[in-house]
Amino acid sequence: MPGMRQTPRNAAFYENREWGKNGAAYLRNVRQGKGRTHPGNASRVSIHSLLSGLLDFEATKANGGTKQVGLQCENCGMTYTQFSKIGRFGCSHCYKQFSERLDPLLKRVHGNTVHVGKVPKRAGGKLKTKRDIDRLKKEMQGKIEREDFEAAAQLRDRIRELEKEMNG
Amino acid sequence: MSKRKYVKQPLSEWMKGEGPDSDVVISSRVRIARNIRSMPFPMMAEPQQSQSVMEQLLDVAESGRLNGLGQLERIRLSDLTELEKLVLVEKHLISPNLANESRNGALILSPNEAISIMINEEDHLRIQCLCSGFQIRQAWDWASKIDDIFEEQVDYAFDEKHGYLTSCPTNVGTGIRASVMMHLPALVITGQINRILSAVTQVGLAVRGLYGEGSEAAGNLFQVSNQITLGQSEQEIIENLHQVARQMIEHEKAARTKLLSESRPRVEDRIRRSFGILTQAMIMDSKEASQRLSDIRLGVHLGLIDDVKDQTLNELLVSTQPGFLQQTYGEALSPEQRDMTRAELIRSRLATGS
Repeated sequence: MPGMRQTPRNAAFYENREWGKNGAAYLRNVRQGKGRTHPGNASRVSIHSLLSGLLDFEATKANGGTKQVGLQCENCGMTYTQFSKIGRFGCSHCYKQFSERLDPLLKRVHGNTVHVGKVPKRAGGKLKTKRDIDRLKKEMQGKIEREDFEAAAQLRDRIRELEKEMNG
Repeated sequence: MSKRKYVKQPLSEWMKGEGPDSDVVISSRVRIARNIRSMPFPMMAEPQQSQSVMEQLLDVAESGRLNGLGQLERIRLSDLTELEKLVLVEKHLISPNLANESRNGALILSPNEAISIMINEEDHLRIQCLCSGFQIRQAWDWASKIDDIFEEQVDYAFDEKHGYLTSCPTNVGTGIRASVMMHLPALVITGQINRILSAVTQVGLAVRGLYGEGSEAAGNLFQVSNQITLGQSEQEIIENLHQVARQMIEHEKAARTKLLSESRPRVEDRIRRSFGILTQAMIMDSKEASQRLSDIRLGVHLGLIDDVKDQTLNELLVSTQPGFLQQTYGEALSPEQRDMTRAELIRSRLATGS
């Protein structure tokens, strides 16, 4: 993973191309191809401008009216303010860095915050084991509450096996 | 060079007019968005980073792992002229975004053009599968298999909670956008379309025109696609779209039957007028062309016109677009020349009846 950065590595890129100022309008202009006739360019509100509206709203709300500018991705250097203007992340690491702000946004866009679909095969084994462990732990808790200690002990052993498997 | 074929000939797999319910559904498409772990998304990438993303992804095609798809074409966007890019957009093989904004953008294309894999678009990797007719499940199966092949070679940006991480938060989770392109003239003529479209948007689907986000529904063509990518599995997303599209197809078919039984003379008059105009007119702008071609398509499916093939109509959808016309007839066409060339092209295609 690349090292820490204090400034966005492509800060100039934004300023030059006016993304920072008005990302959505910029994108629209580009897509309209300036003079060339392009399919799909009726006057429209871009999804990104809608998003950045939402994001601004969330950011303002989260800070009681004043926008906070401090949040920045360590990997790619994108700030939360930039993200809220463009409506797009700089790298996959931004999801972690901005995570505290993310759930309300995802909830609005998707009505959900947690992925339930396909899992990469390579990550799949571990992830599945982890989900199994979580499920077994819940089950064990239930057994303990019902004072079925024998069953709980069996579950505990199974959990230990899975944990060993996952870490080994 | 063989890349010329992709920009010279209008025909792609999706235009064949084959497949289930092809009298209503023109094409079915699934697009999967993926990114490489730790690498900045294309918008934030340094040139050497996007270069290495491009090489890494093109290598997967080179390695022979995708050979099941046939002899693949690997095209760097920098090798194409502006006009050639526009033509690929009009054929739905690449997005306007890849054509205009990408740095180190590239395209992997299957011989029948059903699979197009975009590199360094908004995300590092976008796998698109475009089938003829109502075959959305098939499109997902193919796209998912190609996704698996890339995943063997590439470490994807994936997070246990948020799923596949994408540049835009509207794609995160499954990263899939599934869409069905439908021709719904009878629902428009009978005034039922608005009610149906508003019902569709209430179940988490979006409706757009022929060329995606922001385009008008010209020629009674509507593209219905999923909005939600997070919190639903791919199967749920595909099945939801499938069921809604299935209902829309049935409504359209019912409306066609009703039109024919209740107002046949008026419908037939409208269709034959359009046929007359298209086979005689000297100047044809793109809006009128798409409206009248929609009438012809309806006429074919109502059995009122029998010597025009679906494939011809689908090819005309693309070959009457501005970029394609310029490509075929020379670079610099004035708007009026373009309308004249369009009229000429339509006259000749409808006259040969092929």
